Amino acid sequence: MIAGDRLGSSRRVAGLAGVVLTGFCSALAAGLLILLLGYVVVQGWSAINPSFITQLPHPVGVSGGGVANGIVGTVIVVGLATLISVPIGVLTGLYLAVYGRGIAAELVRFLAEVLSGVPSIAIGLFAYTILVKPFAHFSALSAAFAFAVLMLPLMIRTSEEAVRGVPTSIREGALALGLPDYGGVMHVVLPAARPLIVTGLLLSIARVTGETAPLLFTAFGSQFWEVNPTNPMAVLALQIFTYAISPYDDWHRQAWGGALLLILAVLVLNIGARIALAGRTKKF
Amino acid sequence: MQTTIVTAKTVSTSTDIALSARSVSAWYGAKQAIRGVSLDFIKNSITAIMGPSGCGKTTFLRCLNRIHESALTARTSGEVLLDGVNIYDPEVNPVVTRRRIGMVFQRPNPFPTMSILENVIAGPRYTGMTKDPRELREIAEDALRRAAVYDEVADKLNSPALALSGGQQQRLCIARALALQPDVLLMDEPTSALDPLSTLKIEELMERLAADVTVIIVTHNLQQAARISHYTGFMLGDENRVGSVVEFGPTERIFTHPKDSRTEDYITGRFG
Repeated sequence: MIAGDRLGSSRRVAGLAGVVLTGFCSALAAGLLILLLGYVVVQGWSAINPSFITQLPHPVGVSGGGVANGIVGTVIVVGLATLISVPIGVLTGLYLAVYGRGIAAELVRFLAEVLSGVPSIAIGLFAYTILVKPFAHFSALSAAFAFAVLMLPLMIRTSEEAVRGVPTSIREGALALGLPDYGGVMHVVLPAARPLIVTGLLLSIARVTGETAPLLFTAFGSQFWEVNPTNPMAVLALQIFTYAISPYDDWHRQAWGGALLLILAVLVLNIGARIALAGRTKKF
Repeated sequence: MQTTIVTAKTVSTSTDIALSARSVSAWYGAKQAIRGVSLDFIKNSITAIMGPSGCGKTTFLRCLNRIHESALTARTSGEVLLDGVNIYDPEVNPVVTRRRIGMVFQRPNPFPTMSILENVIAGPRYTGMTKDPRELREIAEDALRRAAVYDEVADKLNSPALALSGGQQQRLCIARALALQPDVLLMDEPTSALDPLSTLKIEELMERLAADVTVIIVTHNLQQAARISHYTGFMLGDENRVGSVVEFGPTERIFTHPKDSRTEDYITGRFG
């Protein structure tokens, strides 16, 4: 009884230490994030005003101006990247989920995994080599291509999991109605998998929206309004980079403002992903 | 298909055969599940296939609309004749065959993203039968009535199918199968996941359906087989758990004068 108590107390101490240690680390991790967000908000808040969002950058020395072209550029580049990566990503995921048992499928799965670990700057270089150098012209399209490659691994993985998650009984229900394979997939399986696919898509978009490295030698940046994807284009993340390494205080302030905008965009995308997921849990 | 005789209600005297299995065997990979099952299914009758768990009755049912082969490594041999045509003939398209042989599963499986109406018309709509909304609506109402669920869903056809109760979902799935006007309806323990009242509704509905559809139902519930079927087949697995038919005949005879002692043992509750 007494020995048991002593053992119990030493265990209690070890248990308490465990709780304290893990709790402390969790608090540290959360705290760092809150600190970072807080710092960006404090620094960036003063830069954000209507003209920051609606105006073009002003020349050096002229105060004011905004990042409107960068916001539009971000939407164009990410939008094009989405257009490229969604069909490839979803169809690859579908293939892996439905037929993915052979060596070919394992290879695709492995390559997608490797691709997800390739540094974004290497993918930017690749885009530069095949889409910029041959034309001797920077372009938003080459940036969109790089982003699409970056989005693919996550799109493929989430699409495969989404399709796999559709119960066999649902697939067989379509089969038993005499729906051809593609009919069952199009009308029954994919709609059932859609919430998860959308979640994956939003997370992929969030992942690339803040990417900067591949833009350095693809989109390149621009001081002007540019909506033609075959031309160099301003992109928010790139503007932040350019402004941050400049020697001007006004530009530093704008860099923080841009960073705040980007973080807000990613936040919205993540919330959207959670809403899409909640829709799924309600349905099944 | 056009020759289906809607008026033939005298099932016990009719000898028209709607579906005929000839030495059907099936495997999952190297494991054989059923061996040499031969059964004739009389047009517009209800045939029950009963037997203990694992005797291969569900596998056999899944061979009758070629859905067994959709599982990876699954394989079948033998013939299944629908109006005299072997559905396993290489010339025959299994997808088209399945439109004539409907299936209802053990657990209700309405399509989760579709409304009640969309579920019922999924067959006709996506198999290219018709795209006309009014026609589809008529098909849906007719099918829902035949499945005895129309009155309960008439005012919420556009609500999600998953909002229905389990019993309603199962009758919706029956309606979904009926919307294609199948000649044969396969039912794989359709009431095993349902409460007694829902079970009763589905049993009553099956009796009405047998007026113009050939119903084949797998059940491990003896009372159900005795209550609803005109013919009964009894399946049993051997020592290697390979199932085959022990006895087949009119339900009344099977339950009152079984010829095989194993059938008698089973229906008197000595095993299973």
